[in-house]
Amino acid sequence: METVSEPAVLASGLRKSYGGVPVLDGLTLEVAGGSVFALLGPNGAGKTTAVRILATLLDADGGDARVAGCDIRRERSTLRKRISLTGQYVAVDDLQTGAENLRMIGRLAGLSVGASRRRADELLERFGLAEAAARRAGTYSGGMRRRLDLAASLVTQPDVLFLDEPSTGLDPTSRLQLWDAVAELVGAGVTVFLTTQYLDEADRLADRIAVLDGGRIVAEGTADDLKRRVAEDRLELRLHSDVPFSELLVCLDGRLLHADPTERTLAVRTDGGARDVRALLDMLDPDGTGVAEFALQKATLDDVFLTLTGHTTGKETAHV
Amino acid sequence: MSDVLVLSARCLRLSRRQIDALTTAVLLPVMLMVVFVELFGGAIQTGGKYVTYVVPGVIVLCAGFGSALTAVSVCQDATGGIVERFRAMDVHGATLLSGHVVASILRNAVSTTLVIAVALALGFRPDADPPRWIAAVGILLAFVAAVSWLAAAIGLLARSPEAANGSTFLIMFLPYASSAFVPVHTMPHWLQGFARHQPITPLTETLRSLLLGTPVGSDAWIGLAWCAGILAVSVAAAGALFARRST
Repeated sequence: METVSEPAVLASGLRKSYGGVPVLDGLTLEVAGGSVFALLGPNGAGKTTAVRILATLLDADGGDARVAGCDIRRERSTLRKRISLTGQYVAVDDLQTGAENLRMIGRLAGLSVGASRRRADELLERFGLAEAAARRAGTYSGGMRRRLDLAASLVTQPDVLFLDEPSTGLDPTSRLQLWDAVAELVGAGVTVFLTTQYLDEADRLADRIAVLDGGRIVAEGTADDLKRRVAEDRLELRLHSDVPFSELLVCLDGRLLHADPTERTLAVRTDGGARDVRALLDMLDPDGTGVAEFALQKATLDDVFLTLTGHTTGKETAHV
Repeated sequence: MSDVLVLSARCLRLSRRQIDALTTAVLLPVMLMVVFVELFGGAIQTGGKYVTYVVPGVIVLCAGFGSALTAVSVCQDATGGIVERFRAMDVHGATLLSGHVVASILRNAVSTTLVIAVALALGFRPDADPPRWIAAVGILLAFVAAVSWLAAAIGLLARSPEAANGSTFLIMFLPYASSAFVPVHTMPHWLQGFARHQPITPLTETLRSLLLGTPVGSDAWIGLAWCAGILAVSVAAAGALFARRST
């Protein structure tokens, strides 16, 4: 997909308010064809609103967007034929079997009876639901329902697939299965636009990540870019009282994230690898006697937000 | 058009699997007819066999009971995630609702057939030639279509399937305050005006005349006008309500 063709998704200045409260405040983004793009943000950041506007389910108050080569207002009907949406809530009929659900979607997408039957069988097989094909979706586990939902979005191969918080409510195993399925799609040339509030999900799946806060993009880049720029892993240390605290701080220089001389605690930027952590400890404490305790903290979405926006995602967090 | 068929097949499959709701829609009218004919019938004077009098009323009542299931199904769709999937697939609201209405009409055909079969067993003897049967089916179709669209609009208006179920009580109550079960002149004076000028009375009277081979008169046109009015208002309301849910 290394063509110079139009981006799969191109939004500029999208705005939407509910009762005077802005939810999207000038959303601008670009997604290359055949890539996976993650919109990362906490609850209430405007992720679902953005997806629903781009999938033409909701009208924007202002701004423009093109998806799969179609204008979201003027070419709505063509656009809808080129996209699929897996919303935040599973959209299958509990009283229909897995196979019946998929066949119905196939018929609505314009496939013949035979073609929709074959396509349903194919998808059930691919998503590990072949054995459950004749059971009602209402009897499926959460992970199976999610996979059926995703399969329903793929009955006709879309150009752009929107996944709104796909792993919400999934257990870790189902989450991994879902991630594998998404990775397979990308191999088939589908552009995937997903929203998530989990940094690890964006990290694992996305080529590019945009962080949404207060209805606008506050940072964008590859997972590595963001991690480097935004929220590194850090090593938190508490030192014994006989260590010359202020002298140590000097040699840490740019890697120091936080220091509290009274409590004798400090936090140091690290890549999280064993080699780097060992080197740091050796440098700070060559005798192996100065560090009272240490902990390695992985970067969290809260860290991303704290760094980028100066406020947290709203959860109670105690930063060192 | 083929989308409507796919979606009505879906609705029928879903309603076949909602046993409790289906029982209400199909069996309850039959049971009510047995209750009216066998328990109350002896005390009601209609100037003939009561079963002959009451069958058209029970047929109209069927549509009311059927409407509850329609309203609930529409509400379940509208409040669940599936409507978003349909919309993202460019399936129009009118198509989805038409699917529900077609399914509702077919469910009604089953319950009405059942009612007539049981009525024949209880001694109902219609006296209608084929053109009259066709006319009866036609006017019933108009009524069921109107009530189904009304139920669809109620389903879109209700915030939950339970509320949708409750809101159809008016449709189910109307036949009692009409000539469906007892002649209007036996009612208290203050109720007679309402009973004469509400849609169920002219519709029941038309069905009764058609099935029993008596002259039809102006009731047919009044009844059809009611159906057309209810249909127009309900389709418009359903369209507006569906659009409102989409912003």
